[in-house]
Amino acid sequence: MKAKVYVNLKPGVLDPQGKAIHHSVELLGFNGISDIRQGKYFEVALDSSLNEAEAKEAVARMAREVLSNPIIEDYRVEIEA
Amino acid sequence: MKFGVIVFPGSNCDHDAYHVISKHVGQPVDFIWHRDTDLSSYDAVILPGGFSYGDYLRAGALARFSPVMTEVKKFAHSGRFVLGICNGFQILCEAGLLPGALIRNRNLHFICEHVYVRVATADTPFTSELPAGAVLSLPIAHAEGNYICDDVTFAELQRDNRIIFNYCDKDGNITEASNPNGSRGNIAGICSAGRNVLGLMPHPDRACEDLLGSSDGREVFSSLAATLAAVA
Repeated sequence: MKAKVYVNLKPGVLDPQGKAIHHSVELLGFNGISDIRQGKYFEVALDSSLNEAEAKEAVARMAREVLSNPIIEDYRVEIEA
Repeated sequence: MKFGVIVFPGSNCDHDAYHVISKHVGQPVDFIWHRDTDLSSYDAVILPGGFSYGDYLRAGALARFSPVMTEVKKFAHSGRFVLGICNGFQILCEAGLLPGALIRNRNLHFICEHVYVRVATADTPFTSELPAGAVLSLPIAHAEGNYICDDVTFAELQRDNRIIFNYCDKDGNITEASNPNGSRGNIAGICSAGRNVLGLMPHPDRACEDLLGSSDGREVFSSLAATLAAVA
């Protein structure tokens, strides 16, 4: 089983990296892009000791307490069998 | 009185802090390895600048889980003095000992320059020897020094006079042009509700010798020493 954790800056928190990437992408010739926000992605490999619900709960706690800073970031957890 | 300087893997201003305490404050000071868990002999601890854990994940995020941090929390909650400088400030925020967070500078750059900061109040153990309104010349050296917090927290910090240092111009005016990194309200340093924990992004430890461009930082350490002497 694998957990995927997506961490993104909350809406409204300045993302200068995203802005710089947006600018570069436009220089490459891409049009029609209104915004780019940069986030983080984690893959967590899980052994078979947890069922899916337990795994989701455990990884959500990990995301809340370590992988994200709840003051500035939101997270989303997906479990993949 | 006895000072401790906590050394995380990747700390690089630990020797600066040690030097200031031993040479300019003239008090005993130890390095404390991040795996140590006995702070009982110390009156004040300093979390120094640097790149603890290589700034992996977020600046200060992993240092928060070092064994010594459990003791630093108890130390702070017991009312003893904790000073976080630069990466130390980031660690204190990640650890929840100070509110808010430090995010990437708005211009994306690592900024290394001398700035001016205005001391808002003498009402902390770290500024007791400084008049309110004093302007200090201190260096900053950071990529994530852009202080943010929600509206409720900001209002609380203002109401309780917990914003201790603001970026300003050389005359002490707190202006947008003198904000190097985008920090909310030009915040350069804040203290805890109990006023015994202070974090700031500028480096008073690197501003204690005229030869290095400024000795204004000495007042922060001498204030702390004076406070400790008065308590003792």
